[in-house]
Amino acid sequence: MAKNAMKKKCESDLIVNDFCMTICTVNGSGSVTANSILFSALFHMGIPTSGKNVFPSNIKGMATWFVIRANDNGYTGRRPYDDIIVAMNPKTFLEDLNFLPKGGVVFYADHIAISDEARREDLIFYPMPIKALTDELDVPRTIRDFTENMLYVGIVGQVLGIPEKILLAAINKHFSSRPAIAETNFKTVKLGFDWAAKNLKKTDCYTVKQLPPLTDYILTDGNYAGALGSIFGGMQFCAWYPITPATSLVEEMNTLAPKFRQDPETGKNTFAIVQVEDELAAAGAAIGAGWAGLRSMTVTSGPGLALMTENVSLAYFTETPVVFWDVQRVGPSTGLPTRTAQGDISMAYTLGHGDKKHIIVIPGSVNECFEFGWKALDLAEKYQTPVFVMSDLDLGMNTWMTKKFEYPDRPINRGKIIWEKDMDKFPDWGRYKDIDKDAIPYRTVMGNQSPKAGYFTRGTGHDEYGNYSENPKNWADMLFRIGRKLDNVEVDLPMPITYYGKDAKIGIIGMGSTELAIIEAQALLREKGIETDFMRIRSLPCGKLERDFIIGHDRTYVLELNRDGQLCGVLRREFSQYAPRITSVTEIGGLPMTAVWASETILAKEQLNG
Amino acid sequence: MDKSTTVTPKAESNLLGLSPEDYKGRPSTLCPGCGHNMISNQIQAAVFELGLLPEKVVKISGIGCSSKSPNYFLQRSFGFNGLHGRMPTLVTGATFADRSIKIIGISGDGDSASIGMGHFKHIIRRNVPMAYIIENNGVYGLTKGQFSATSDYGLELKHQGKNWLPPLDLCMEALISGATFVARSFAGDAKQLKELIKAALIHNGISVIDVISPCVTFNNKDEALQSYNWGRQHEDPIQEIKFAYRNEVPNLEDFEEGTVKEVTLPDDSVILLKKIKRDYDPTDHSAALDLLTESYKNKYFATGLIYINNDTPTVFEPYNLGEAPLNRTPNDLLRPSREVLEQINASLG
Repeated sequence: MAKNAMKKKCESDLIVNDFCMTICTVNGSGSVTANSILFSALFHMGIPTSGKNVFPSNIKGMATWFVIRANDNGYTGRRPYDDIIVAMNPKTFLEDLNFLPKGGVVFYADHIAISDEARREDLIFYPMPIKALTDELDVPRTIRDFTENMLYVGIVGQVLGIPEKILLAAINKHFSSRPAIAETNFKTVKLGFDWAAKNLKKTDCYTVKQLPPLTDYILTDGNYAGALGSIFGGMQFCAWYPITPATSLVEEMNTLAPKFRQDPETGKNTFAIVQVEDELAAAGAAIGAGWAGLRSMTVTSGPGLALMTENVSLAYFTETPVVFWDVQRVGPSTGLPTRTAQGDISMAYTLGHGDKKHIIVIPGSVNECFEFGWKALDLAEKYQTPVFVMSDLDLGMNTWMTKKFEYPDRPINRGKIIWEKDMDKFPDWGRYKDIDKDAIPYRTVMGNQSPKAGYFTRGTGHDEYGNYSENPKNWADMLFRIGRKLDNVEVDLPMPITYYGKDAKIGIIGMGSTELAIIEAQALLREKGIETDFMRIRSLPCGKLERDFIIGHDRTYVLELNRDGQLCGVLRREFSQYAPRITSVTEIGGLPMTAVWASETILAKEQLNG
Repeated sequence: MDKSTTVTPKAESNLLGLSPEDYKGRPSTLCPGCGHNMISNQIQAAVFELGLLPEKVVKISGIGCSSKSPNYFLQRSFGFNGLHGRMPTLVTGATFADRSIKIIGISGDGDSASIGMGHFKHIIRRNVPMAYIIENNGVYGLTKGQFSATSDYGLELKHQGKNWLPPLDLCMEALISGATFVARSFAGDAKQLKELIKAALIHNGISVIDVISPCVTFNNKDEALQSYNWGRQHEDPIQEIKFAYRNEVPNLEDFEEGTVKEVTLPDDSVILLKKIKRDYDPTDHSAALDLLTESYKNKYFATGLIYINNDTPTVFEPYNLGEAPLNRTPNDLLRPSREVLEQINASLG
């Protein structure tokens, strides 16, 4: 159960496996490694844990925060306040203290001068002689920063009660390919660990206790998972242009694909990943490859997707399979490049000029980044259309505890591609002929050497054979058939997942990375006597399940991380007769959603409803 | 060269037994007399004479009058008429699917010198093997006569007044971007154009041909740089050119005597270049720069093979690809095994 910080009584009892700790450092100082080790140590104790990096759009020298939340119940969404801070950055120290309620704990590097005003009586302060201990280790100048960070891992670990062997295991895991570095780091951590044992008297109430191991879970980030999912989905071509927070997805593919996607007999790659000059080129090359019969994708974020718009329209109308990953960041404009949002949903769903509606899949966990990674490639080829995977920075770049990846439960689906040997089965083949009456035509691809296979693809009006046509009826028929491809797409799309309350009259709809925060909000609302059902939408277009959910509740709140209520807008448009039942609840500041915000906002609206 | 090899049959069928009809396209809907139609004719003649299967050639274009033309040649070939200026991007993706396919990219001056200039230069940097043919008429035709980035300085057009901007020289742009094959030709010089297209298709790298292709409707005044009259009067070929595909022996009957320079391609094809007025070595990058600088300054309409090098790696170099077309990879090679995923899960636990 989530605890209200204001209620905590540190004097009387310990709080076990339930805290939120923010480590305040300077970016570029190598704190990521130290933080990962602390985070991974908690995970290895069997404690559900999340780690979120709140970082600046900068390479070195600006403030950065790493937030670790550990919670027995798995409520590991972001929380708007801390229980513990590890203060390594003098510049933000005063501001960082503001996030601590009464009983909060401050580990601080003792070179930070603390004014009398800052030394609040309701907080517990642990000094850390970081500089002195680093001097003791006598490390080269170049790795001083790293060493200082590893020291707080030891000190915090000791005071929290993380066993030494767990810290050692986490370090060995992190540096598994570099044992010498693991050893040096452990030496540093141990120095901090032992110093704290000797010199600090524990007076705070936060502690950790080993639980049964989380054997079904792994620790990784959504961009890694998306890369791996694409590799298991048979990605053969990816064109891309670097953009935060999408870049690491392709960089992971660059590392992983040569390991796992070479022909064992020839040692040759079965894929190509090409960095091009801009996002227009990335989309164009991905479309060229998809058209030519490669399982093709591109990876970007909002500004890049906006640049790809005309190409998306081309892919839609020429019925070219291609997967677009959008790891969303905060827009409009350059926005907040290193912060998270769900602000590209309405853009992606109807991206392009003229009529169109696209298949959208929205992963809500790192595990789903893998699953939707391979599924998106199947969907694109089956429906011969662009498919959008809407991840976000929180999922993509933060490390999450997630269910183990599951092997795809069905073979690769190449859709209706036909080769030389198939041509005789289609005596009057035309690229856009609806032979099966399912609105999906058969397609030949470049390289097919049957004299009947070639055709002319164009973004202009065309008939069933691809010939230029300005005939009004032909145009309408073509466009309506393309629209009809999605009539039955529901059966192939990830269905929504619903978390039921008890006889709830109130519905909550959300999507993507906000799942944990909303599940926790359900618990907070329950404490206030409000039962809710929560449906997480995992794909668009919506179908019967989403409609029935809205019909089945007196009121439905649609929670999302943007200003305009974009998912809510889609639902209101698609289920217009039920629009009055749907209320938009939005938050946009660039940080992940919190259960506190979600529950308090819904509570306020419910109180108004009387 | 081996004299015993058969000379390419010029008459009704090629080495594949296909006739010129097999290389034709749909009837052109461009204006009668359009230079682009003449280029289409030379493309189909070149592919026919090389004896390439139409299915082994792909045509990709952007938007504009030029980009409509792939519909008017090689009807059996796959084609993709994409977005304005974005032809090179489609090529960059498509070429990875099957590297045995010859790609003809058709573009115009609007496409390559304006909206798609970035892609033009970057596909050159990548050295994607293709024939990049620019049908350059110095005017936007399909939107009815606006200045393009290759319109001559001072050109006057009916609804536009006078052009106050200097033209871009696409051969110069190609050369300084690292193109491995740069040529200029004239739609009115069928003989030269056909030989250049053949060489461009066989060159293992990006082959840029800037073809001055008059627009009979909007930019064909006698004094206009891209007009038929100006071209016919001022074209000054830097060499006579013949292309001999692989072991083929070229017909040299109409090749007047003089110094002949041979450029041998990696597949043993030979480009034969006969000196006309002055010594010119198209493998000399500085000479090419000098030629283009001089011709730009003096409105000297030099045509022919301006630059070639066979030593630059192609786009495929770093990709460790096999011989078989990537788009025919069997599904079992596209998905790693269950065991691999288990190992990955274990490593992340």
